[in-house]
Amino acid sequence: MGFFNSIMSWVDARFPATRMFEDHLSKYYAPKNFNIWYFFGSLSLLVLVNQLLTGVWLTMSYTPSGEGAFDSVEYIMRDVEYGWLIRYLHAVGASAFFVVVYLHMFRGLLYGSYQKPRELVWIFGMLIYVVLMGEAFFGYLLPWGQMSYWGAQVILYLLSVIPVMGEDLLVWVRGDYLISSVTVKRFFALHVIALPIVLLGLVVMHIIALHEVGSNNPDGIDIKAKKDEKGVPLDGIPFHPYYSVHDLKAVVVFMAVFLSVVFFFPDGGGLLLEPPNFEPANSMKTPDHIAPVWYFTPFYSILRAIPNKEGGVIFLGAALAVLFILPWLDRSAVRSMRYKGIISKVALAIFVVAFVTLGYLGTQGPTEIKTNIARVCTALYFLYFGAMPFYTYFEATKPVPDRVRMSH
Amino acid sequence: MKNIAIFRHIFQASVLLCRSNVLLFLVIFGVNVAHASGGHGGEHIVTAPINYKDKVSLQKGAKIFMNNCSGCHSAKYIRYERISQDLGIPIEIVEKNLMFTTTKIGDPILTALPARQAKEWFGIVPPDLTLEARLRGADWLYSYLIGFYPDEKRPWGVNNHVFDKVGMPDVLAPLKKELGDKQFESAMADLTNFMVYIAEPMRAERETIGAWVLIFLAIFFIPVYFLNREYWKDVK
Repeated sequence: MGFFNSIMSWVDARFPATRMFEDHLSKYYAPKNFNIWYFFGSLSLLVLVNQLLTGVWLTMSYTPSGEGAFDSVEYIMRDVEYGWLIRYLHAVGASAFFVVVYLHMFRGLLYGSYQKPRELVWIFGMLIYVVLMGEAFFGYLLPWGQMSYWGAQVILYLLSVIPVMGEDLLVWVRGDYLISSVTVKRFFALHVIALPIVLLGLVVMHIIALHEVGSNNPDGIDIKAKKDEKGVPLDGIPFHPYYSVHDLKAVVVFMAVFLSVVFFFPDGGGLLLEPPNFEPANSMKTPDHIAPVWYFTPFYSILRAIPNKEGGVIFLGAALAVLFILPWLDRSAVRSMRYKGIISKVALAIFVVAFVTLGYLGTQGPTEIKTNIARVCTALYFLYFGAMPFYTYFEATKPVPDRVRMSH
Repeated sequence: MKNIAIFRHIFQASVLLCRSNVLLFLVIFGVNVAHASGGHGGEHIVTAPINYKDKVSLQKGAKIFMNNCSGCHSAKYIRYERISQDLGIPIEIVEKNLMFTTTKIGDPILTALPARQAKEWFGIVPPDLTLEARLRGADWLYSYLIGFYPDEKRPWGVNNHVFDKVGMPDVLAPLKKELGDKQFESAMADLTNFMVYIAEPMRAERETIGAWVLIFLAIFFIPVYFLNREYWKDVK
């Protein structure tokens, strides 16, 4: 023990290792009443590590070019030792990332985790979400299958609605007059270098901002308001070891679900690896039905629901932008849905149904009925945020207790 | 010896458990599954009676593929050696009976038909078939193989129930004549089985590893559960 301590004091005199460990883990006091919704932050970190590690190994054998990309993916699947496992972990991991991030964001909506003083935590989180969408979009072109190609074609085409410079911008981004080898190379660079750096930076800022103000909890109570004589919140427990062992349990359960898909169902029934992507990209042949991957489909539905193209792109942008100002839309006196009024509860339920419906419709070919349903859901999506300042302000809330209630 | 048997039982049970997980997933996303593998000619698509673990069927399928398909189609992502290993066909037999275009066992299946020649004959280059089963789905593939019917309006005098205006001539007709309908369908199931195998040759391996991984996680959960309980028993 003495030897270890002397090493640590040598390091601590030069680098704040012990202090950082204490600030962020062993003396970071988290509310003791976290429930199941509080697992998804740690799980996002776990999936991020999975994506980084498998991604590094994929780059060792992947060829970023129009001629080589598709073949190199099959080379990884067949000739690289356990290449298929690395590739499936990465491909299924991308979807898993969005699953945990969506659940993590829903937790925020449920317990008002974006409210003062956590506005920046939410905004950094939103930036992570947007960068993650970019990361997924660039990565999706890399296998160079038909759906990679035509999916990217559809999304990039959105740029062309920008007045005056749209078409030129599109050529500049693609680096060519159509999506080509040049595009694959630059998307590869963005996917493996540029965006991961931004993503990691944002994750650090998200966590620093969170640890500055402290975690919210299912009761939405400020645990720092009641402290003992040592300054430790009465309802707080050190993140390590309490939540490290707690989250480990969630990690094992999550891994069981995630790896069940990886090992027994890597295609996800055409939802995770889409059948047209088993055919190399062909600019002369359009697939019958182009749909983005499931995690983009709610926004794709909003895009299609608006009858005119420019309007569609504006609403798509607005659907993301409105999430950024959420902390200022909620004017409720309480944070948690437990103490909000019935209108807030119904509104959140309608929002979730509308969002999931939009997601489903985005995977389907458009019909008149489906487009109309998508329009209704788009209206509900915006209504949820548009009306929030009013119903949260006027509705009656329940009294919030002084101390947290244990959830388990 | 008895211990090994128990081990095997646990293993088989966990494989079953994994399958049921998968089934759950299928039910949840069932709509999309049906949608994704639909394609054309929905009413003519029948379920392919295949079993990827049936090595005899896979071996027969390999023979049919090499004799009837590889003349025009490549399967450039699969190597002869891999087929020999996975399907348990001795290398000498592969070399003698299945390799027509190369002498190297490590080579992939490449057709001898030059692309330009193919284009002249058929109007298009016959597609590579390695991933066809993952592109179209096994059921579509099987239905296609048994789906040819006479149609005087088409250049080759045939059309297909699931692939309208098909560009491929009915090269399987002689085989059908030789075997009769019943035997032919069983042969096409073998061929489909083989094509499903070459589309994802690591499937058996991934399911075996997957079962062990889940067994490990199930065991690992026990100490994790009690560790958590031990720490949290004082938190009120």
